[in-house]
Amino acid sequence: MTMTTTNDLIATAPARRRFGGGDLAGLAVILLVAVLGYFLFPNNLALLTRIIAAALLVLSLDLVTGYCGVATLGHAALFGAGAYAAGIASAHYGINDPLAMLAFGIVAGAVAGLICGFVILRAHGLPQLVLSIALIHLFHEFANKASSWTGGSDGLSGIAPTALLGLYEFDLWGRTAYVFGVALLAVVFVLLRLIVRSPFGMLCRGIKEDPVRVRSMGASPKIALTKMYVISGAVAGVGGALNAISTQVVGLDSLSFTMSAESLVMLVLGGTGSLFGALTGTVVFMFFEDVVSAANPFHWLTMVGALLIAVVLFAPKGIYGTAAAFVARRKEAQ
Amino acid sequence: MQPIFEVRNLKRAFGGLAVTNDVSLSMAPGDRVALIGPNGAGKTTFVNLVTGNLKPDSGEVRIGGEAVTGVDAIGRVRRGLVRSFQVTRLFADMTPAEHVALAVLQRSGRAGRLFGNFLGMPDVMAEVEELLGKLGLKELMHRKVSEIAYGQQRLLEIAVALALKPRVLLLDEPAAGVPQSDTGRIEQALADLPADLAVLMIEHDMDLVFRFAKRVVVLAAGAIIFDGSPSDVTKDPRVREAYLGSYANASHAA
Repeated sequence: MTMTTTNDLIATAPARRRFGGGDLAGLAVILLVAVLGYFLFPNNLALLTRIIAAALLVLSLDLVTGYCGVATLGHAALFGAGAYAAGIASAHYGINDPLAMLAFGIVAGAVAGLICGFVILRAHGLPQLVLSIALIHLFHEFANKASSWTGGSDGLSGIAPTALLGLYEFDLWGRTAYVFGVALLAVVFVLLRLIVRSPFGMLCRGIKEDPVRVRSMGASPKIALTKMYVISGAVAGVGGALNAISTQVVGLDSLSFTMSAESLVMLVLGGTGSLFGALTGTVVFMFFEDVVSAANPFHWLTMVGALLIAVVLFAPKGIYGTAAAFVARRKEAQ
Repeated sequence: MQPIFEVRNLKRAFGGLAVTNDVSLSMAPGDRVALIGPNGAGKTTFVNLVTGNLKPDSGEVRIGGEAVTGVDAIGRVRRGLVRSFQVTRLFADMTPAEHVALAVLQRSGRAGRLFGNFLGMPDVMAEVEELLGKLGLKELMHRKVSEIAYGQQRLLEIAVALALKPRVLLLDEPAAGVPQSDTGRIEQALADLPADLAVLMIEHDMDLVFRFAKRVVVLAAGAIIFDGSPSDVTKDPRVREAYLGSYANASHAA
């Protein structure tokens, strides 16, 4: 599956450092938007936290699809694994510390990433896509059948996270969950910026462009991609665990094909191969969905469809990708 | 001198047609060998067998005395057998500096590092600048490859290969597709290759072959029909027959 990416905007910058001014500005924008969200939508923090969890899933998808060129429609398997692991740790084992639940989510996401990577990376192109769809259905069915652990179609309840760091209770308004989510997103963003610019990130970009060339340099594309899948799983696991902790319930929808497909739509909407693209796509899609579905409960899906068609036709690099390309062209012209 | 690269009785057939038929070849460090042959002689199959992209039916490939016939392509690169491609295979969205840095990092076992950036690694940058400087690409090191000229891309192919510090270098038509005006730079790069490196060049351009090679190997119908000095190759009746045969067929088809 070939996609227009915004990698080139990063690739051309001659003086890339470990964490530069642009990164700090990006982090500042994330925090500013988070603060604005907190004050503008004080009664809707649950939605904002849901957006953050989805953003973590889309960032995770961007790592394998945007940066490595792997085609997948089953990425929610990694997110769901994280959500169920965090939920099961609390509901069945009484591990209610949110950071411990988070750790369970990260490990489960990474393991799910390893399993999915092992299967999906055996094929390329359309067969790869089919394998990913098969995997998400298998994960979904497994969670459905193992109802004594997962609650099956009723969902997993009885998740009761204790106060964060022993100080901040998860309140009814969702303030703690929101701040926790923003902090997780900021940490993940910084780590991913470092990773995509590292030698490993460069190797993955090379694999996306030409795996044969990478092999002729003595590097194994399969090992590198599997490693990226594990990292991606850990990131999705963070999102899943955040979802379990903030909503205190885990449903089968967190392991669904629909969620996988929606995350891909959000990524394409924002722009693949760029962390900002993933974040932009998630925020725009989920906000749009929320606003439009409230305004017109009967035709909101039509409007979401129209938005997607408009973006794909008029901004094929995605919203962020197109904007970034425009700015880059302006700079070059000067 | 102990051979650095050896091929013994290599055979490979496709559906009964012997595309590589009992080929044996040996090279010592510093050798400059040109592999030539008419179209369909089996050069590409030979390269694929040697690099590990294709398994032979029988025979053996050795690098530095070690049998690598059962080793995959990646393992052979790690043992010092590096190739360049006939049609450039570079990463269009990446810069020359990134290409060479990736090769250096891979060679030194650091390509899997999750943190840090090669721009902040003095030893990597020194090597990148030195290699690109030697090949006249330093000015372009931070431009995207898709923005640089084809001749410069061919030079970058050589730079990437050299950054892997090979012991045996397989150059697949290094000047293919390069305008006549730019071939001088590539020939200079070939002349400047490390003296202890064994180089096997597959080439159609006979002028380039005569200027570069100390030894010429001619492949026809999957077998070696000549292995000797450049001055003798044109006099050899079997070589003349192989080439004239292909010319006759070409003119007949036209």
